[in-house]
Amino acid sequence: MSKTHVTTTINGEPAEFLAEAGLTLLDALRDEVGLTGTKEGCGSGDCGACSVIVDGRLVCSCLMLAVEAEGSTIETIEGVATGDTLHPLQRKFIEYAALQCGFCTPGFLVAAKSLLEKNNNPTETEVRFWLAGNLCRCTGYDKIVRAVMDAAAEMRGA
Amino acid sequence: MSGLSYTAPSTISEAVALLANEAGLAKVMSGGTDLLVQMKIGRLKPSLIVDTKKIPGMIGIREIGGCFVIGAATSGALMGEHAGLVAAWPGVVEATNLIGSTQVQGRASLAGNLCNASPGADSPPAMIAAGAIAVIAGPNGTREVPVEAIVTAPGRTSLGKGEFITEFRLPKKAARSGDAYLRFIPRTEMDIAVVGCGIAVTLDAAGVCVAAKVSLGAVAPTQLVVAGAAAALIGNKLTDAVLAKLDAECQAVCKPINDKRGTIEYRTKVAGVLARRVAAIAFQRAGA
Ligand SMILES: Cc1cc2nc3c(=O)[nH]c(=O)nc-3n(C[C@H](O)[C@H](O)[C@H](O)COP(=O)(O)OP(=O)(O)OC[C@H]3O[C@@H](n4cnc5c(N)ncnc54)[C@H](O)[C@@H]3O)c2cc1C
Ligand code: FES
Ligand code: FES
Repeated sequence: MSKTHVTTTINGEPAEFLAEAGLTLLDALRDEVGLTGTKEGCGSGDCGACSVIVDGRLVCSCLMLAVEAEGSTIETIEGVATGDTLHPLQRKFIEYAALQCGFCTPGFLVAAKSLLEKNNNPTETEVRFWLAGNLCRCTGYDKIVRAVMDAAAEMRGA
Repeated sequence: MSGLSYTAPSTISEAVALLANEAGLAKVMSGGTDLLVQMKIGRLKPSLIVDTKKIPGMIGIREIGGCFVIGAATSGALMGEHAGLVAAWPGVVEATNLIGSTQVQGRASLAGNLCNASPGADSPPAMIAAGAIAVIAGPNGTREVPVEAIVTAPGRTSLGKGEFITEFRLPKKAARSGDAYLRFIPRTEMDIAVVGCGIAVTLDAAGVCVAAKVSLGAVAPTQLVVAGAAAALIGNKLTDAVLAKLDAECQAVCKPINDKRGTIEYRTKVAGVLARRVAAIAFQRAGA
């Protein structure tokens, strides 16, 4: 099976990989590029663990083909912190204990980051609806929502 | 997924030729939020995926003389961000924005929602009520058909080999008109409609309905156009008696399935209740 050469920008760096036609962007990120922070929960668009931002748009990387990413700009969980400095969302997740097993966390962080880029002052309802496609088996969501609200408040103040 | 090829042509005629000439199963892809799930579970094994998103016009919304032309692969997120479209056809946009999560909204399109041909799809009843036209390209040129003529049965459409939808056209919104869509689900997000209902109405200066179109989803193998329900509205204001007639006409056409989301009796009853609520919103938007 012939593979396609795909050229992208991932977290600000040029990245190239080879992809078979049916390879998902999720599998390409994890297995070809080696960025394993993006998780596979369901592989069918239901859980949001695979959330990434492609050309400014939040998507499930399990529901996108790797070959579609040619020429696009991708942001993953690995690009959320700046060097050793955590993003406010990451700090607040730790502060609020908004994770237990942590499997859903990369997806929540990427999704929450894309919300705050669009709306820096979301209501609790807006946060809950925006994150409705991210499932968490452990926390019961409340701590996650509070962490996102507080990170937003801190980022508005800063 | 061995034996699968992917191609992203840059013109409509190229896409038509690729689809028409493929010996195996060729599938058009817009957002892939249905297609890739079906491939993953093995229900669908295409030999060729034709991604239409690189064709100019397939993504984007244009307003031409008050009419809206929506590229067939335009995402729900883009529709929700288009202030002009939201103002003119709020029901169509709300229905589309109900599809899935934020992540799914980033990719899910009108064409995919329609051509996946699920009885419970959210945007088709709203598009049908609004009088939307699908523009289809194919080996014999282009044709324009009303949205209700596309789906023929669950999972089946009237599109022939080599054909695909390039755009949808929403008519110029008449003065004193309004549209609305509601679906009923047991939760607030991330579920498939038990019933969906789209209604568009036009009123006269006195607030009397002069034109109406009513469509139901998830209560039959395909979306229904409920002529009797429209007739109940036309010539009237939204009185209790008119609402009762609308409710009864909607219930009368339901041929739903029994499943975990609702029994036949339940879906039928909900169809009537939902139609009442949707009509109230559409009338209010039309200025009643
Ligand atoms: C987690 C999740 C939640 C969902 N929730 C909802 C929901 O609440 N309501 C709802 O209605 N749906 C829902 N869906 C289903 C799906 O997201 C929608 O049907 C969506 O609109 C499909 O659009 P798409 O562009 O992704 O289609 P695709 O997957 O690209 O295509 C779907 C089908 O349409 C065909 N097709 C695509 N484009 C064209 C074209 N231009 N011309 C002809 N045929 C074409 C494809 O060949 C395929 O058969 C959900 C899906 C997921 C994964
Ligand atoms: S792995 Fe993509 S949504 Fe669950
Ligand atoms: S912390 Fe375990 S799934 Fe969310």
